[in-house]
Amino acid sequence: MAVETAGSAIRPKVAPWNDPVIRGWAFQIVIVGLVGLLAWFLVSNTMENLARQKIASGYDYLSHEAGFEIGDSMIPYSPANTYARAILVGVLNTLKVAILGVILSTILGTLIGIGRLSPNWLLAKICEWYVEVFRNVPLLLWLFLFYKIISEAFPGPRQAINIMGALFLSNRGLYFPVPVQDPIHPWMGLALVIGIAAAIVMKRWARRRQETTGLPFPTIKAAVALVIGLPLIVWLLGGAPHHMSWPELKGFNFRGGTVIQPEFTALLFGLVIYTSAFIAEIVRSGILALNKGQSEAAAALGLSRGQSMRLVLLPQALRVIVPPMTSQYLNITKNSSLAIAIGYPDLVAAVNVTINQTGQAIENVLIIMAAFLTVSLGISAFMNWYNRRIALTER
Amino acid sequence: MTDLPAGERQQLPPPAADTGAMGWLRRNLFSSWGNGITTVVLLAAILWLLAWFVDWAVVNAVWTAPSGQACRGHGACWALIHEKYRFIFFGTFPYEQQWRPLLAVIVMVTMLGTSADRRMWNRRLIWIWGIGSFLTFLLMFGQINIPLGLILFVALAVGGLGMLLRSAVAAAPEIAGWRTLAAIGAIGIVLRLVGVLPPWSLAIAPFSYVETGLWGGLPVTLILATYGLVFAFPYGILLALGRRSNLPLIKGLCIGFIELIRGVPLISLLIMASVMLPLFLPTGMTIDKFLRALIAVILFAGAYIAEIIRGGLQSLPKGQFEAADAMGFNYFQRTTLIILPQALRVVIPPLINTFIGFFKDTSLVLIIGIFDFLNAANQALVDPNWAGFPSEVYLFAAFVYFCFCFSMSRYSKYLEVELNKGTRR
Repeated sequence: MAVETAGSAIRPKVAPWNDPVIRGWAFQIVIVGLVGLLAWFLVSNTMENLARQKIASGYDYLSHEAGFEIGDSMIPYSPANTYARAILVGVLNTLKVAILGVILSTILGTLIGIGRLSPNWLLAKICEWYVEVFRNVPLLLWLFLFYKIISEAFPGPRQAINIMGALFLSNRGLYFPVPVQDPIHPWMGLALVIGIAAAIVMKRWARRRQETTGLPFPTIKAAVALVIGLPLIVWLLGGAPHHMSWPELKGFNFRGGTVIQPEFTALLFGLVIYTSAFIAEIVRSGILALNKGQSEAAAALGLSRGQSMRLVLLPQALRVIVPPMTSQYLNITKNSSLAIAIGYPDLVAAVNVTINQTGQAIENVLIIMAAFLTVSLGISAFMNWYNRRIALTER
Repeated sequence: MTDLPAGERQQLPPPAADTGAMGWLRRNLFSSWGNGITTVVLLAAILWLLAWFVDWAVVNAVWTAPSGQACRGHGACWALIHEKYRFIFFGTFPYEQQWRPLLAVIVMVTMLGTSADRRMWNRRLIWIWGIGSFLTFLLMFGQINIPLGLILFVALAVGGLGMLLRSAVAAAPEIAGWRTLAAIGAIGIVLRLVGVLPPWSLAIAPFSYVETGLWGGLPVTLILATYGLVFAFPYGILLALGRRSNLPLIKGLCIGFIELIRGVPLISLLIMASVMLPLFLPTGMTIDKFLRALIAVILFAGAYIAEIIRGGLQSLPKGQFEAADAMGFNYFQRTTLIILPQALRVVIPPLINTFIGFFKDTSLVLIIGIFDFLNAANQALVDPNWAGFPSEVYLFAAFVYFCFCFSMSRYSKYLEVELNKGTRR
């Protein structure tokens, strides 16, 4: 006690080489110096090598003509466009696969995870083997297998399987008719967005009303009516344009309509099946982590199994599920880069062609890293926000 | 009925429908109408799929055939596997020498298998891994030249590590031994640099030399996964300790590195290793493609291992750190004698899961043109004589991967229960 009152702020007098603070800084300076030395060594080598091989540096090449085809693009693209646009097409394709993959594998994984807990022995066993089989084999192997099955097991365009006269399934993908472009379409899209926003507002209002007055409101039916009804009304107001672009066999392939390509299908299918096996395990352990009393109490209240799962168990299990789910979503995004192996033009594939054509490896690898880090940080930020929102609000 | 004395009460057997096979069926498959319908539908679907699969894979399958032509119009063409299995397992390794990769695989699997036995978790493990690794690489390369400088460097490193790790616990003679070893290494290196010692190297050359470019198949997958993780392990420990350190610069460096690596896909690191690593090195110095892939795997695995070990470090109660401080241990002694032994024990099951993940993820090296198991299977399809049977080859490869990964995941589950026996009540 005496020592403390005498002056806890005064540090004991020691020789500088025994002072932990000075030692700590010395150690840090040495380590950072070594790392800096290594970096300097690598950078100076790189500069020398680049100069010797006469490789340009800098990002000027981005505005040059790309000159390569991209099989699947969400925005208009031709080989005459710039590298920057080619890479943008790749980024959009990566995002498309990642977002669809996240949604579909969450749905499938949750169903399988719940299925593993089913009282039906057969269903539980099937779900268990689904998980074991799909997560114990490399994703890349699944991608190759699905891609080869699609491209070799389905007939060529001339013998395409025709479904109801409108869909054509062949080894070039699934062709289906789409409406011809019409000025009313953007307005329908706007109506859809308004419908979704209105449905969300309505759900909040209905919930507040039920909490204060106890009166229930048919939220789901009203939401469906809003989301589908509003665009439909706009469509009717616009004179109900119903011209369709039908896929037709011209030469060796189809023209018109639109297509889901086999590369895309194989990639999405593989990602969803592989990741859903992991998500199923997360969902299952999240539900098992709950106290058994929760499901018993739900049963005692007379809720059916589906109701108790939806209203009692899943909302609580979410708190355990969300953090590991975040890393699975990040995995989907990163694994979508395997697209390069089966020839789907995602970000990595587009950048890889760019590396081969320009020789500027460093700039391009930095682009890949920056793009993936941005997407990863975005997903983490969103999931952290969601995690805080569903966290247990205690008094 | 109710008032009968205990001995005269009738012991009714349980209802027949609740026991035995019938009871099991009732409880687990037909407990309600919905359940019964689910069972019947699933059963029908399984039987239909199974009938189709057996028809394709067994009844109509072709087991031996001179070429793919004989398989047309039949079921599965297992003849292709029969023809190509050596290529799928060992890639382009010289055909008449392929007993060497086979032996190497057996050595590695034995090494991994014996390490799984908990009775081996002591100093014996060092011997198993030392001898096993030496045999594996000797079999794969055929000839190994160990320069004198390397031997001396290993002596210095081992001696130095022994001095550091054993300083607080060993008796004086043992420390003196480590010191002598380190001193021999240090003096030897100086003499070698000055030029007193000749540029001699220990040549072990029982077989013909096979360069890494010819390696392929299962041994490549096993080597990349195993040694990728073995080398990543110490460096992952350092990263984890750095991330937990209270020195701001070190902490910042480690966090930055870990998050950077974990934020990008393995493919981008492999591409980087294949196109950027040659640029990083001094002019005229080249690195083998196989080694480049291994470096990428090590860098990648280190960041993931670091995060797992950090979990183990965080699970330790604060009292352990404080007790070590109270005993007067310095940072190094506290970490190696008190903290790491406990933290690493907790993270063994998740580390095995990481190994399973890397065993699967090494398949990505085919992007940069290395012949791992999956790539060898891929190349087996290229033969025009056997074109058109990808499913057979991929299913076969999937089966091999499944056997490895499934047994490892079962082992990890078993270990989790086994290691928690002490804390479970």
